[in-house]
Amino acid sequence: MANNDAVTVKEPQAPQESHARRWRGLGWGFIAKLLMMALVNALGLAIIFSAVNAEAWAILAASAALLIAANIIYFSKRTLPLKYLFPGLIFLAIFQLFTLAYTGYVAFTNYGTGHAGSQQQAVEATLIQNERRADDSPTYPLAIVRDGDTLGFAVTDDDGFVLVGTEEAELSAVDGAVIDDRQVPTEVPGWTVVTRAELFADANLQNEVIDLRVAVSDDAEDGSLRTRDGSTAAIYQSSMDWDDEAQTFTDKETGTVYYADQEVGNFVAEDGSRLPTGWYVTVGFDNFVRAVTDQNLAGPLLKVTAWTFAFAILTVLTSFGLGLLFALIYNDPRIRGRKWMRTVFILPYAFPAFMSALLWRGMLNREFGIINDWFFFGADINWLGDPWLAKFAILWVNLWLSYPYWFLVCTGALQALPSETMEASKIDGAGRWRQFRSITLPLLLVSTAPLAISSFAFNFNNFTIIYMLTEGGPPFAGTSGLGSTDILISAIYNISGVSGGSADYGLASALSIIVFIFVGIISAIAFRQTRKLEEI
Amino acid sequence: MRKQIGMGAAVVATAALLAACSSDPEPAETTDSSAEPTTEESTGAIDASGQTLTIWTDAERQDAIQTVADTFEAETGATVEIVQKNFEDLRNDFIAQVPTGEGPDITVGAHDWLGALVEAGVVNTVDLAGVEDDFEEVAVDAFTYDGQLYGLPYATEAIALIQNADLVGDTAPTTWDEMIEMSVEAGFEDRPFILFTNGTSGDGYSAYPLQTSFGAPVFVQDESGSYTSEVGMGGEAGEAFAQFLYDNGQAGTGYFSDTIDYDTSSELFASGESPFILQGPWMPFFDAGDMNLVVSPMVSAGGETAAPFVGVQGFYVSAQSQNTLLANDFLTNYMATEDAQRALYEADPRLPALTALAEEFSSDPITAGFVESASQGVPMPSIPEMGNVWDLWNAAEIQLITGTSDDPAGTWSAMVEELEASIG
Repeated sequence: MANNDAVTVKEPQAPQESHARRWRGLGWGFIAKLLMMALVNALGLAIIFSAVNAEAWAILAASAALLIAANIIYFSKRTLPLKYLFPGLIFLAIFQLFTLAYTGYVAFTNYGTGHAGSQQQAVEATLIQNERRADDSPTYPLAIVRDGDTLGFAVTDDDGFVLVGTEEAELSAVDGAVIDDRQVPTEVPGWTVVTRAELFADANLQNEVIDLRVAVSDDAEDGSLRTRDGSTAAIYQSSMDWDDEAQTFTDKETGTVYYADQEVGNFVAEDGSRLPTGWYVTVGFDNFVRAVTDQNLAGPLLKVTAWTFAFAILTVLTSFGLGLLFALIYNDPRIRGRKWMRTVFILPYAFPAFMSALLWRGMLNREFGIINDWFFFGADINWLGDPWLAKFAILWVNLWLSYPYWFLVCTGALQALPSETMEASKIDGAGRWRQFRSITLPLLLVSTAPLAISSFAFNFNNFTIIYMLTEGGPPFAGTSGLGSTDILISAIYNISGVSGGSADYGLASALSIIVFIFVGIISAIAFRQTRKLEEI
Repeated sequence: MRKQIGMGAAVVATAALLAACSSDPEPAETTDSSAEPTTEESTGAIDASGQTLTIWTDAERQDAIQTVADTFEAETGATVEIVQKNFEDLRNDFIAQVPTGEGPDITVGAHDWLGALVEAGVVNTVDLAGVEDDFEEVAVDAFTYDGQLYGLPYATEAIALIQNADLVGDTAPTTWDEMIEMSVEAGFEDRPFILFTNGTSGDGYSAYPLQTSFGAPVFVQDESGSYTSEVGMGGEAGEAFAQFLYDNGQAGTGYFSDTIDYDTSSELFASGESPFILQGPWMPFFDAGDMNLVVSPMVSAGGETAAPFVGVQGFYVSAQSQNTLLANDFLTNYMATEDAQRALYEADPRLPALTALAEEFSSDPITAGFVESASQGVPMPSIPEMGNVWDLWNAAEIQLITGTSDDPAGTWSAMVEELEASIG
């Protein structure tokens, strides 16, 4: 770094320049930088090439821009601060901003079960779903035949006649064909037989064959031949007609017309019935509106939100209170074996939370759990099945899990309090309570309040304890799928459909954003309050 | 099996085929098979070099699929890429990835995902016309949705009545009363039978054989085996079942309680606290192997057959696959064979869906018991409406079992009404 001979002469009056500006030569440092940048460029180019292969143009543009920026920043002398900031900014963009923006985008769509792909894919899926094999269609031995670019099916019927047809021309008999002992046509006059070996060697040809439908007669109602394996064909009938220009499906049996409704991302008929497969569309604020107006959802979500706040606030208050109490008691030098006892206190904190929660779940079992057996004379208390008791059980177990943390923090903070202040207050005649209220607690809060805020934010999203202890139950009446002890994050988990059932990523993302806003606002307010504490 | 669309259309079509021949046709000449160079070529050996088939699977089945894939690779020259995922992730990943084009050609899956997969438009139909009859009917029914077959089944699973022969002898009871009598005589009047309720959540799945024995299916099946969205558990039959739950719950005999979660049920049965349990082959006491167990179909409480829900495992083909032909060839000509199905069974013993194998493995009395139970079962509905059922259904059963409602018929019909309203 500084052992560069080129910069031995310094102007005494000038303010000292940083190394990066001051240094002019091509020493080892530059070579190291060159090597590092070579690696970065290699990585960047690799990403760009694989983006080209995958036809991911957005990623291509972003990575190209970042790579160019990196080269400019690290080879230019003007961009000193950016040299330090750039790596952090990239991580911020990729891991925070992108996720945030993408969640935001999904929140304004109806992406989920039933709206998973594009409209084109929904059309394809609907056609697949409504093309059925005719009930008594035989399975015909099949050969794929071609005449120049025209692809056709040659099949042998039950009487040993070979019939040929193409997309344009319906099936008709040909003379002079030869079939093998499995009835598969091997020679068809006027056509070249495509062997299975050739067929499977060509991916494009395979897809053409899969898509080929050969009408069995001039009446479309009779259905058409189709193959799925390239060696047999059967008659299939489609019960839905897709009109690409009008963007409608017509049910051939009932005549019902389903229009492509871009507002909801479904094919909808006049009477309101819709086809099962839809596509995803942006729906504006619908997800947010639904969260507060949907009859099935709004009530339960409101209760869940209230309980989330109650749970997070009560958990922080109770565990902080109990932890502080024990910290005060066990900070007294008159207690013998303090160190040993403190270690034991920390044990619940040392166990993995999900295991403790599962153990508590067993202990709280109404019939077999030891809580009822040992502490309540075998009484029949339904800890996890009653809405209020289940809430209490959650708070209790979470208290058990988290007070050791506060015990640790408060013990540390108490020991750091200046003993002179304590002595001075004693001399001034303050009692124990007065001392605690006016000196210990305010000084303690200066160091612990930020931790309390982060603990609140953590418990606001404390999925583990809810999921392991009650799975959100007991359930609310109705079909919301939510329960009395669900907090917002476990409700989002249910709605997202990760655990099974139907998924609604749009709504789940919208709720995530609401949670983010809640936590953000509360943290901001709380930090402002904390700053006031520091002025004491 | 198939929905009776355009009944007789195929007859017309066949007639049309014949009509087309009527001009001046001559039956095609059959080549002498001895004249063919080799049988290999006449059966149409395929060469799919350069094509890649991607298959998603979970860890348990990976080796078995790999064995079949090796054969497929050797015979066709295609490359099979097997991607291992957690079973719980397969469904959602398939729904999310297929539309982006990053999905597999084939995935392992459970049949009750079908409704969601169809709604998402990510699954293709399959045609097993040649081999369909080799499979258990319930397995094929399970992969049938709105009259269309969407998967190749390979394994089934269902709960059955498991009895501890050391406590009550090895004769399987045939009715509910007989079972209770056997238990009570053996001194288990407190808990003659263990009904899993998933703790306080309730579990309609486990109580379903009892419910069907009263003739109250969740949804009505049409003649093709597909479920309709018509709720079938209302009315007198359903109310009789509700009364039964209530009578044997905490307000009655006390045989059922809402305290039986997975660990508790396993522990109670394994420690001999009760001689009968209605559970599946996944229970840990089967692995321990030190209990003298008899497995038989669930006894009837309401007089009709006690049909459990059958879960079926199988393979789905992606709707966006670029190798549909190859994927179908792999499934019908390689995966549907007895050897392949045997390999799957040996890698991960579940009841085989292939009838021949199910019979073969039924030489083991425990497997035989589960096979018998599954064969009298019905597929678990895969229609999206089933999603609305669980919460209401489980909650109503828990209310009856805990005796919190003293109007069983009213509770039940209120649940059915709410369910019908939510399905719309």
